[in-house]
Amino acid sequence: MSRVNQVKNRLFTISVWVVAACVILFVFGLLFLILQRGLPSLTWDFIFGLPSEIEEGGGIGPALFNSFYMLFLSMAIAVPLGLASGIYLAEFAPENKLIGFVRICVEGLASVPSIIFGLFGIALFVEMFQLGLTIIGGAVSLAFLNLPVITRVTEEAIRSVPGELKNASFALGATHLQTIRRVLIPSSINGIVTGICLASGRAFGESAVIILTAGVTTSGVMWDFNLMSPGETLAVHLWYVQSEAIVPDAQQISQKAAAVLLFVVLAINVVFRIPLWIRERRFR
Amino acid sequence: MNTPVKEDRTAGDRLTRYPKHIREDWFGRVYVYLCVALMVVTIFSIVWFIASKGLNPFVSGAIGIPDLLLGHVWKPEGEPPLFGALPFLAGSASVSFIAAAIAAPFGFCAAVFMTQIAPKLGRTVLQPAIELLAGIPSVVYGFVGLSVIVPFLRDNFPGQGFGILAGAIVLSIMILPTVTSIATDALSTLPAGLREGSFALGATRWQTIYRLILPTTLPSLLTGIVLGISRAFGEALAVQMVIGNAPHVPRSLLESAATLTSIITLEMGNTVGGSLHNNVLWSLALILLLMTFLFVFIVRMLERRAKR
Repeated sequence: MSRVNQVKNRLFTISVWVVAACVILFVFGLLFLILQRGLPSLTWDFIFGLPSEIEEGGGIGPALFNSFYMLFLSMAIAVPLGLASGIYLAEFAPENKLIGFVRICVEGLASVPSIIFGLFGIALFVEMFQLGLTIIGGAVSLAFLNLPVITRVTEEAIRSVPGELKNASFALGATHLQTIRRVLIPSSINGIVTGICLASGRAFGESAVIILTAGVTTSGVMWDFNLMSPGETLAVHLWYVQSEAIVPDAQQISQKAAAVLLFVVLAINVVFRIPLWIRERRFR
Repeated sequence: MNTPVKEDRTAGDRLTRYPKHIREDWFGRVYVYLCVALMVVTIFSIVWFIASKGLNPFVSGAIGIPDLLLGHVWKPEGEPPLFGALPFLAGSASVSFIAAAIAAPFGFCAAVFMTQIAPKLGRTVLQPAIELLAGIPSVVYGFVGLSVIVPFLRDNFPGQGFGILAGAIVLSIMILPTVTSIATDALSTLPAGLREGSFALGATRWQTIYRLILPTTLPSLLTGIVLGISRAFGEALAVQMVIGNAPHVPRSLLESAATLTSIITLEMGNTVGGSLHNNVLWSLALILLLMTFLFVFIVRMLERRAKR
């Protein structure tokens, strides 16, 4: 082994270490920057307060509420449908041309940009049903966005269950549905919940779909459960304040809103996985 | 499931002839079939809605396809209104390719680190860190770009800071998780014998990686990069916030520009449905959708090569 090669090898190893260290530092620096700018100045008035158009001191209450409300609605639509489609593709789907085509459709749907789903929402809810910009329109469009993600995650999780478990269940006389419900889903729940968490985080921070289908205004009151009112979410509010609003404290509002947004997304990813960790511990 | 079949209900009802769990099984089957059908219907209606509205300007003869694709000037309010989409096509393409060019080396290095150099540290620290990046909402990236990257570029380079470069930097951070995770998968599914054989012949790690691992996993690495480009191409608000939104073909990376997605988000809300301006925005969306399908097609081709 020549000396030059050893030097090259050493240089390469060092540079990869440096890049990896930089990436790690960068990610934590970024998170720290966002949270540190926003969290210390956060008050309850800001979190539950009404937004203002012109004056200083507007809050994010209705937008934050809409974010959770729309997340809940879209997940209530997308999870049952996505789970079922994933189960179908993993368990029932025969290997033929038609199913190959369905798979291409799911893959295509998963890679369609979110703005296209927003436009689809406009075409469907604003122009066809004449509803205007509403919470229900935003939630359904968001559900369409998440549907392929949940489908693929479910399919992968169920496929990774060992075949022996399934055969044992059949051997005991269980029907296919019973096997799926009592054996396949419980043993793949870890992957499924992780996927749903990722999709929820994405839906919570999604903005392009909401701007187009639910608008950039709220109904102006807190706890508005009306499905037909305009539904600006927190992510949209952040965008709106930065690019179109004329409030003097836009910078402070966006710093705090960005911190809240990031905090909630991280929390969704951590909180829902805690039961899984506990479960895993217990089984060991 | 072992209880005897009950047949004491209304004798004429066919369903009750089957035990409860069989009926449930049928019901479950029908339900999953319907869900998959809904998915197929969704993608077809998306394509149908966007294509029918997007083709409208061409069908009605208001504007020709070459005028849209090659026109330099975007002046929807002008007399006569001009709809040249070249600035947006150029903006979208340059932003996403530069973003991929920035993200690819970082992603590859991170993947090499996680699979070849320090797997333990990589799996426990680097991988979760990169996964965190995937969870950050796109507007937060846009906001960080606006309050950190744009001022930095403004202070250190000529121009206002808004432009292709700012957009590309923001996007490169956003697509880093995609590129890295696919590169990591590709490197970790490589047969161990290949690498050990190379070491046994006396090759150093660097020689092994660039003579052996890089060529073998190239199709998979390219898949990751194409997926990254496709994500960058469709990203709307993060780019819109930092690119400056000036509808002309940019001559430098630091000049403000616009992309397909940014012009759609900005102008869709301000135009009346059915007007020519609005319909041309749908045509831009159709271009975006076709580009997405093109990327899916390229990815499938690359995956087929990777399998061989």
